Amino acid sequence: MHTEIFNHYEAKDRSALIPLLQDIQGIYNYLPESALKDISEFVDIPLSRVYGVATFYNQFRLKPLGENVIKVCRGTACHVKSSANILFAIEHELNVKAGETTRDKKFTLEIVNCIGACSIAPVITINEDYYGRIAAKDIPKIIKNYSKKNIKQETGAVMEESVK
Amino acid sequence: MKSFLDHCCEECWHSAKSPCDQFIKCCTDGPLCHHNEECKKKYQRLGNQLRYSDHEIPIIFIGMGTCGLASGALKVEEAIKAELLKQNISAKIEATGCIGFCAKEVIVDIKLPGQTRISYCEITPKLVPKLIQKAIVEKGIFTEKVLGAHEENKFGVPLLKDDPFFKHQLKIVLEHCGIINPTSIDTYLAHGGFRAFDKILSMMTPIEVVKEISASGLRGRGGAGFPTGKKWELANKQKADHKYLICNADEGDPGAFMDRSVLESDPFRVVEGMMIGGYAIGATSGYIYCRAEYPLAIERLQNTIELCRKYGLLGENILNSNFTFDLKIKKGAGAFVCGEETALIGSIEGKRGMPRPRPPFPTDAGLFGKPTVINNVETFSNIAAIIKKGSHWFSAIGTEKSKGTKVFALSGKILHSGLVEVPMGTKLSEVVFEIAGGIPNNKKFKAVQIGGPSGGCLPERVMQTQVDYESLKEVGAMMGSGGFVVMDEDTCMVDVAKYFLTFIQSESCGKCVPCREGTKRMLEIIERIPKSYKSTKNKTDQLQRFKGIIHLKRLSSVIKDTSLCGLGQSAPNPVLSGLQYFREEYEEHLYDRKCTAGVCKDLLTYSIDNTLCEGCGVCLRKCGVEAIIGEKGHAHYILDEKCIRCGMCIEACRFDAIMVN
Repeated sequence: MHTEIFNHYEAKDRSALIPLLQDIQGIYNYLPESALKDISEFVDIPLSRVYGVATFYNQFRLKPLGENVIKVCRGTACHVKSSANILFAIEHELNVKAGETTRDKKFTLEIVNCIGACSIAPVITINEDYYGRIAAKDIPKIIKNYSKKNIKQETGAVMEESVK
Repeated sequence: MKSFLDHCCEECWHSAKSPCDQFIKCCTDGPLCHHNEECKKKYQRLGNQLRYSDHEIPIIFIGMGTCGLASGALKVEEAIKAELLKQNISAKIEATGCIGFCAKEVIVDIKLPGQTRISYCEITPKLVPKLIQKAIVEKGIFTEKVLGAHEENKFGVPLLKDDPFFKHQLKIVLEHCGIINPTSIDTYLAHGGFRAFDKILSMMTPIEVVKEISASGLRGRGGAGFPTGKKWELANKQKADHKYLICNADEGDPGAFMDRSVLESDPFRVVEGMMIGGYAIGATSGYIYCRAEYPLAIERLQNTIELCRKYGLLGENILNSNFTFDLKIKKGAGAFVCGEETALIGSIEGKRGMPRPRPPFPTDAGLFGKPTVINNVETFSNIAAIIKKGSHWFSAIGTEKSKGTKVFALSGKILHSGLVEVPMGTKLSEVVFEIAGGIPNNKKFKAVQIGGPSGGCLPERVMQTQVDYESLKEVGAMMGSGGFVVMDEDTCMVDVAKYFLTFIQSESCGKCVPCREGTKRMLEIIERIPKSYKSTKNKTDQLQRFKGIIHLKRLSSVIKDTSLCGLGQSAPNPVLSGLQYFREEYEEHLYDRKCTAGVCKDLLTYSIDNTLCEGCGVCLRKCGVEAIIGEKGHAHYILDEKCIRCGMCIEACRFDAIMVN
């Protein structure tokens, strides 16, 4: 499946390594071992080096993700506006720690350094949707929206309520 | 003519393949190669349309930067479309970037034919029908949500530039942000875009460009403030078959979003700055290293580069001048240290993003061993304006050593968060209390954090400091990239120091010992301060708390002096500035075991006021660790040993019976 991606790159070009990893993660949502081996051959770098790069950057993961990805922003502005409590509320709600996936593979909880939406802190994103100016008490409601169905939630739907 | 790429008549011949060297001037001044009144009119009309001054149907501008989108701009757009359809009104919807007043998003501007542009703020889908009714159907003003007008008007709506938020600002970098459509190259051209690039191609040699930038006194906006002209001069002197130019858009500082906004709202300006930079140093290709966390910015950049190629402004033999330059986007993969230039180079080369010792400096041997210049997004955004208006104009703004303006991302406990651009030399107090509108909810101002993890927290007594590289350094902060986070009395400074050290510690690349081990030890020391030792039997733990503090200062100076790169060298800053300005707060944590701000959980005790508690049992059920006991109908009680101070019971209690001390 991922071999097609190699057509877009030149073989043995080391600078293609990170874009390759990004593209492969784009397909699988994580970096499977077999793909890493293929990349290592294609770019002609030892697998250990590829692994070194893959584990250095925050973006890459070696484990599959849950169906929904919750990212909690822990930037300074969010921190000042108690994003720690938001994180705790989500951990409590899903019963996982940051960086983990729930047992039913529905949710993955991640921490990001800054989404760059500091003006509406504290912010979390679920998949592609932003939720700004949220409070810990909004969390169960937001998560419920994602856990019960597969209908895609639209941007800022719950937010409007919390802004008021 | 629908776009400037269309030919006005048969005599016009510009295309990417057969470039015309007068193309850019042509866009604003009409056809230059031949005289034809018809053609001139065509150009003028297109220009006026693109400058939004000539239109037959109303134009509705919607702020669609990340902040706008996160506030629900898409829903507003949908609602507007639906309403227009319902009322059978034809209007043009133009998506713009962010005007900077993020606190008031979603911002919608309406411009009727022949009238001024009026901005409305905090628009929600529910308000859309009213807005359309009042502003378009009745051709009046929707007074409830009006923010300001762009020009003088008959309705007496106050001007946007007189608003306290905009009054103190001087917009150079943000000039077009939120005003123009960031996805249209024609709009940028009509607003005078690429004129600076045209000027250098036709009138200036590379070394003259370098001299002009040097004379302007522009310094790197990435944080350290190295003179840009000097950097370009070093690279210009190098003799090499290839030189590279890199735009550092790896805005990793938590609490900073200037680069994101500029890239989303005015990407052409950045690209024009890079083209000028490429010409000045003799580079043939450039990279934009942008964070993967900014998908919209990357999308806009891709669009920008494609359009520039289509118009023959990037690629080979640009505008028939023999200058060849092309750009590529590299997506960062989420490592804060990659903001450091040598680490960034490593990352582009496909390695782990680890800094290397300098010299050799990137201007001697950078990307793939070739001379390389790396500048920040904001630096590049200043270039076109300097070339266009001249170095004298630029160097007249600002202070003696810091010229021009600085963009800050205001956030935290303030009324008006957003993006502002102030001249160097503006006082901090002006930014916090006048532009940002002060602290909401009648709370007291405590500190402002400038410069992200490498900066410091400044208290009220140094708020008269002016914004420039040297003054900020003197008071223990640093310009950094421009994060400006305001904190009120509910923020604990020990907690903030802990927060930054945790960040630095996890982002340290691990190459050099002082940073890798030193920040870890510092974090341990700081973590011990707000820790409770109630349940520990080992008394040495408690003693360590005092011992650590004694070492903290020395440890800091060692890390500062011996770390390899800027990340380590500035890592102790948040702690040092905290110790300098908020010593009493550290002492209170250490000796009195108290956290007045109520943030350090270990030092808090939760209890239930039995006169207020009705015994409803909600808190008991909500408590995740079974720390609350009590019978229904009787006052409950919190077991201190079990309580993890999560605050869930406070959220749950309807009688405000839970107290925190």
